[in-house]
Parts: sequence; structure tokens; C-alpha cells
Amino acid sequence: MAAAPKRPFRWHIVVFLAPAVLVYTAIMILPLAGTLQLSLFRNIDQAQVFVGFENFRRLFGDPNWSVGFWNALRNNVWFFIIHMLVQNPIGVLLAALLSSPRLRFSAFYRTAIFVPTILSFVIVGFAWKLILSPLWGVAPNLMDLVGLKSLFTPWLGKEQYALTTLSLISVWQFVGIPMMLIYAALLSIPEEVIEAAECDGITGMSQFWKIKLPLILPSIGIISILTFVGNFNAFDLIYTAQGALAGPNYSTDILGTFLYRAFFGFQLQIGDPNMGAAIATMMFLIILGGVCVYLFLVQTRLRRYQF
Amino acid sequence: MSTATHSLPRTIGAHVVLLTYTVIALFPVIIVIMNSFKSRAAIFGAPLAPPTPNTFDLIGYTTVIGQGDFIHYFQNSLVVTVASLFFVLLFGAMAAFALSEYRFRGNSLMGLYLALGIMIPIRLATVAILQLMVMSGLVNTLTALILVYTAQGLPLAVFILSEFMKQVSDDLKNAGRIDGLSEYTIFFRLVLPLVRPSMATVAVFTMIPIWNDLWFPLILAPSEETKTVTLGAQLFLGQFVTNWNAILAALSLAIMPVLILYVIFSRQLIRGITSGAVK
Repeated sequence: MAAAPKRPFRWHIVVFLAPAVLVYTAIMILPLAGTLQLSLFRNIDQAQVFVGFENFRRLFGDPNWSVGFWNALRNNVWFFIIHMLVQNPIGVLLAALLSSPRLRFSAFYRTAIFVPTILSFVIVGFAWKLILSPLWGVAPNLMDLVGLKSLFTPWLGKEQYALTTLSLISVWQFVGIPMMLIYAALLSIPEEVIEAAECDGITGMSQFWKIKLPLILPSIGIISILTFVGNFNAFDLIYTAQGALAGPNYSTDILGTFLYRAFFGFQLQIGDPNMGAAIATMMFLIILGGVCVYLFLVQTRLRRYQF
Repeated sequence: MSTATHSLPRTIGAHVVLLTYTVIALFPVIIVIMNSFKSRAAIFGAPLAPPTPNTFDLIGYTTVIGQGDFIHYFQNSLVVTVASLFFVLLFGAMAAFALSEYRFRGNSLMGLYLALGIMIPIRLATVAILQLMVMSGLVNTLTALILVYTAQGLPLAVFILSEFMKQVSDDLKNAGRIDGLSEYTIFFRLVLPLVRPSMATVAVFTMIPIWNDLWFPLILAPSEETKTVTLGAQLFLGQFVTNWNAILAALSLAIMPVLILYVIFSRQLIRGITSGAVK
């Protein structure tokens, strides 16, 4: 279709685009740029003064800040690793089982397993805090049923277990998302491909590993990047379960809670918007880095398998 | 069909695994709701038992309803969620229509610009958003939350809706043009009704994070008049750490509306996810 020469200006395009672009730019893009900019300023005598990378030098050079930052980053990486190692394999397993043909009650399983995902962090954090509490005794009682009561400890209160426990709670909450996306990917595999595999005698487990898994790799890539972005800007669960101090002894501190304390201050620490902006900038760079790795490496390599 | 893929032990195995995980997924929710109807002694004495006539007690619910202003928080959450949803759907659909229907210079660049927000969380802009809201006097108003959530929801809405709008038949729109309909009428009368199912999908995706968000209410609107139910529950639970009846009742009250809505809309939601809208 050739475009007509000399068309009048199409105002309706502007009208259609304007509200979304204006709100999005004013509330999201400009503040994001503003936050990045603020990280280069300091508040000296009630005025914002340009100080270059001074805030970052403080964040990495001053032990008061750098210890907390590296601790939060390390915890955040561990948080992400647990998600990748536990959430995605469970999600793939459940999706593979759900997608087997003529499985009865699959709608029920799907609906039930997705329930935790729709609940808020506040509910999830508190409910698990109660269940794992040694005061109430649900968890020790349950472990007693299988004869493992001696293994029970207050996991959320111990430095060495708290972060892993919280990661697993978060996995429990979000396993529905990889399950659904992979389930969708498995359903979209053409019938002919499966039939061809069966004609060649590839069935059961080997069919899953050799035929289906390569075909759902793009979905696994998407899930990984969604998990990455979600984990590196997580906040609510830790805040609800352990408070802004991310106890015990900062062992569950991640970048989100670190940013919150730096920005708002907590107890003796005074809030500092410029340092908050510097931390937000670091989080931005980390997330941007992850997204770029995904787009340039994973996406281009995996696209070959797509239909 | 080959028998190997559908043999009986394999089917039983699948059911065992799925059932086990279903129990793991539902157990915490069930135990909280169950115990919220029990007396304090029964909560601690037999936490795994369902309430019986002997142990049935509504003391937790009366405390929560007497103490917290939950009805008010609930209203705030409802106003914020419904208003943000309205703007996300309206503005998102308009932008998606412009991007999918017209060819103009900068079209794909604009699409890319709007898609940025899918991957970069708006939370990172919090420092400057708070400054902006302080300057415009919107701190502690529901308007601030509605604006932020609208901006947060738009990128994904535009992305999903423009995928669906590309499928609306060109012949229909061109027939409308020949009949002299304006572009606005074509959008509102012809295209919008046709993409209604995908609008519902976007609505569910947009709604859940808004309703459950704790970060922005905590930072932008923590005052008593503007608290949302998520923030209200968080503060309430923090205050009543020792009153287990009240805590369990508050948790149950927070779970139940979401759960009821989910049971009603779960087919829509699951169809939305599995239709491959999110690729």
C-alpha cells in the first residue's frame, strides 16, 4: 500500500498517543532520570551542589556504607540464585506434568497452585512468620509427624538460615508464574512435532529432554530475566517479615531494604536522598546489565528455536 | 497412541506430585483461615485441627473490626485500584491503537520507548517521584498513588494490547472509514469492543500488583486518611504481635476478598497467561 503523497497532518495519532506518553514520561522516565541525576549532587547548606561521583566514592569507599552495600548485594545474589535453582525447576516440573494429555483435574491444580501468587507480600510474610514461629508450633508439630522434630529451629531468627528461608518463601509465592508461562509454551508446541518424535520412538522422559525442553528454552529465558528484575528490586517480603532493619543482624538485607533505609533513614540513621539516589542508580545499572545480557546473548541465541 | 506416555503408574505419579504441591501451596492459607475462627487456647493447643463447636470463637474478628479502620483502608485501596485501572486501560488502549494502526515516523522508536518500563521498575525512580509529589503538594493524596500506578501499568498494557489490536481485521476498519466514521469512532465503536477479552487480561495483570503494593503507599501516602489495605494490614499486624486471634483474623480478612475475586476471575487470568499474550 503506497502512502498518499502530501497527507494532511494526522492529529488523531497525537491525540491517541498523548495521554499515555505524557503520564509515562512525567511520572516514570523524568523521575528516573532525575534520580540518576540526584546521585551526582549533595545537599550542602540547603542547596543541591554538583559533586560528581562523590556519593559513589562514599558508597564504595566509606566502610559505613560499603559494608552494608556489599552485604546487601551479596544477599541479593543469593536470593536470586535460590530462585533460579528452586523456583524454575519446580515450575518446569509442574508445567510438564500439567500439560500431559488427558490429565484429570488439571484446571483445579492450576488454579490452586497459582493462589499464593495473587496474595500480597504482607499476607505471605506474616502467615509464614506465624507458621515458622516456635511459639505457635505449627512447623514443629508438622515435622513431628514425619519424625524430624529435632531438626526444627526458628529459621527466621537465625542469621545463617534467615535469608534462605525467606528466599524459599518467595519461591513458594511465585512458583505459579514460571509454571504458567512454561505450561503455555508446552501447549503451543505443534502436535506434528510430538507425533514425529513418537514415530521415531522418542517418548516419555527422553521426549521431554530432547524435544520439548529445547523448544521451551525461550520461555525459560524470559522467566529468568523476569526473576532477575523482580529479585533485584524486591523489598516488601523482607520488610514485612523482618522489618526495615532486615534482621537478624542485617543477614536478610537486600538492595531494596538498603535503599529504603538510606533514603528514609531508620532509627539513628538520618535519611539521605542523595545516597538513596546513588543506591537506586546502582540498582538501575545492575538491572540494566541483566536486561542487556538477556537481550543480546540469550535472546539472539534462543530465537533459532522459535516457530 | 503409544501406551508408554500414558501408562497408569505415570499418571498416578503425576497426580501424587501435583497433589503434594497443591497441599504445599494451599496449606498456609488454609491454616491461617482455619485458626482465625478458633479460641486462643485452641489456636495454641491444636493448631492443625479445624474449628469445632467447642473451639469456635470470633473474638479475633471483633477486635479487628473494632480497632482498625479497615473499611476505610479498603475503600482507599478500591479507589486507587479502580481509578488506576481505568486510566491504564483507556490510555494504554489509545496508545496501542496508534502504534498498531498507523504508520508514522518514529513509530517503532515510540514503541520501544514505551516498552522500556516493562523491564525497568518504576521503584528505582522513587527518590525523584517523592520530590515531584512534594513539590506539587500531592503527598498523602490518593491522586499521587493513582498517577504512579498508571505510569507503572502503561508499558505492559500498551505492549499486550498492541499485539491484540494488530489482529483486528483491516477490512472492518476500512469499511468504517468508507462509511465516513472518524478515527475516534472507529477506535471506540469498532476496535475497543473487539479487544475486550484482552482488556480483561491486562486488567487482571495490572490490578494484582497495584492492590498488593506496599512500597508506594508507605512512601507517598502513609497518612491515616490515605492508607491502603496492604499498608493498613502491615501496620496493624505490627502492633498486635501478641494478639494472635486478632492477627489471624486480620490476615483472613485480607486474604478473603482477593481469594473470592480470584476464584471468579481465575479462568480469565489463566486463559490470558496461556494464550501467549506475554511472550
